[in-house]
Amino acid sequence: MLKETQLPKRRIRSLTRQELHNLRLGLVFISPWIIGFLIFTIYPIFSSLYYSFTDYGLFGNPNWVGLQNYINLFTNDDKFFLSLYNTVFFFLLAMPASVVVAIFLAILLNSKLRGMTFFRSLFFLPTIVPAVASAAVWMWILNPQWGLLNTSLRLAGVHGPPWLSDPDWAKPSLVFVALWTIGSEVILYLAALQEIPRDYYEAARVDGANSFQQTRFITLPMITPVIFFHLVNGTIWAFQYFTEAYVMTGGGPANATLFYALNLYRNAFTSLKMGYASAQAWILFIVVMIATLIIVRSSKGWVYYEE
Amino acid sequence: MRSEAALLDRSAKRAHRLRFFQEEASHTVRYILIFLCGFWFVAPFLWMISTALKTNAQIYTYPPVVFPLQPQWKNFYDALTAAPFGRYYLNSLFICACVVIGTLISNTLIAYGFSRIKWIGRDVVFVIVLATLMLPAQVTMIPVYIIFNKLGWIGTYLPLIVPSFFGNAYFTFLLRQFFRGIPFELSDAARIDGCSEFGILWYVILPLARPALVAVTLFSFIYTWNDFLGPLIYLHDSELYTVTLGLQSFISRYWTPMNLLMAASAIAILPVLVVFIWAQRFFVEGISITGLSGR
Repeated sequence: MLKETQLPKRRIRSLTRQELHNLRLGLVFISPWIIGFLIFTIYPIFSSLYYSFTDYGLFGNPNWVGLQNYINLFTNDDKFFLSLYNTVFFFLLAMPASVVVAIFLAILLNSKLRGMTFFRSLFFLPTIVPAVASAAVWMWILNPQWGLLNTSLRLAGVHGPPWLSDPDWAKPSLVFVALWTIGSEVILYLAALQEIPRDYYEAARVDGANSFQQTRFITLPMITPVIFFHLVNGTIWAFQYFTEAYVMTGGGPANATLFYALNLYRNAFTSLKMGYASAQAWILFIVVMIATLIIVRSSKGWVYYEE
Repeated sequence: MRSEAALLDRSAKRAHRLRFFQEEASHTVRYILIFLCGFWFVAPFLWMISTALKTNAQIYTYPPVVFPLQPQWKNFYDALTAAPFGRYYLNSLFICACVVIGTLISNTLIAYGFSRIKWIGRDVVFVIVLATLMLPAQVTMIPVYIIFNKLGWIGTYLPLIVPSFFGNAYFTFLLRQFFRGIPFELSDAARIDGCSEFGILWYVILPLARPALVAVTLFSFIYTWNDFLGPLIYLHDSELYTVTLGLQSFISRYWTPMNLLMAASAIAILPVLVVFIWAQRFFVEGISITGLSGR
């Protein structure tokens, strides 16, 4: 508050010649972005809103139908609710798991041991592999009869479930596969861990804190900004989750992995219901915005920022 | 007196030994955990290679064959001929090359405008650039498809390439961060010598920003190579398929032998793997040249 009143009042005046020159120059340099922003972001946002109120099959002209698409989605489309449920279920399973696993791996990598650079690259490696290729490999690993996982379990005397072809196991299996590509988040947590001043731990040790207490009261609070970033990004990621489901399960078995983005893709590009799919896209947009807002709002209570 | 001192000394030694032992134990535990996790990350790759080298009979056996003693290198050749992966490779490489060029040109210009020129409203506009990262792709996907459909570009590479010439928020951000760190005295000196802004970008900034440009090149190459949704939506003719799309159609065939599929997957992964391993070295060099990292 004090700072605000101390600021000099902004004077309204015309721009000097130098300022005008710089403004023009700056706009020239960013002009590719301005054009792209108008064509690939602003126009699509508004026309998507428009299409969502129409019946449009790509051929012919969009037909205005008012709220009909939204009414149909909410009253007459079981797959819509199922896909929303599947996605939220997937999100609620994958998000906590990925936060816990990423932090655990980052703490491991933060050890002052030999070969950590090598393991850092190793953990990061799966994130750069094409999702289609890793999907192919995981399909084979999770193969009910001859896959690596179930044959290994059989050697241990355990009869493994059919993973991807079991409606109850399909979503957890995809979460498990998703955890394999957690490397970039691990790197972010690791960077945050390395920023924590060592004196904090020394002070805690002098006060008699054990290593669990140090993790709980120093490490965790210090990396909350990264957890926050991970949650926001992870929300958008979960609601757009597509390629792995498309390749590995195709939405099955029994629609257990029919996720929101997959259902939307099918409505738009298989059934060519562009207007209907646009309405779906807008609901997705609103859901993601609300989820992000909840995370941002709550962050004031748990994200710790150093002065 | 004497015995007391000896006792103290001994207990101190014991405490020291205990601490040493604890440290050793925790190191060992950590190493075991790291190796277990490392195994989890690398096992799928090893299993892929192992399967790719098996005979048809070895794939479906129990207990599983881990090391095929007579590696079937022929499987790689068979995979390459079972589907036109050579063709897909060239297609993907062509698209990647165009996208990398577009990404470099557009994002250096945009990042320069957001970092080296001070204009009114610049930082507000930059917040908008970052805000676009929050927009789910599904919202813009359909109208953008309709635009390209009206232009008659569906079934061509243009929808995959052209947008890269209009900037990308991630790369703009990365380059802007880097450009901001270059001393402004250099630009001022060039300006006094009569250099235009484009000249400054070309002769002063770009040579100094090599590590960042390499990073952008590598990342945009990897993203484009790995992209699936874009080619899936825009390409229909199998002659034009990218590697990821070709691999997907190989998977979805009614009966594809696992060893050939794993060989094809390995072939699809190879370029990004090579780039990654090469980039590791380059990044380390880049960091040591610029001294960005204190570690």
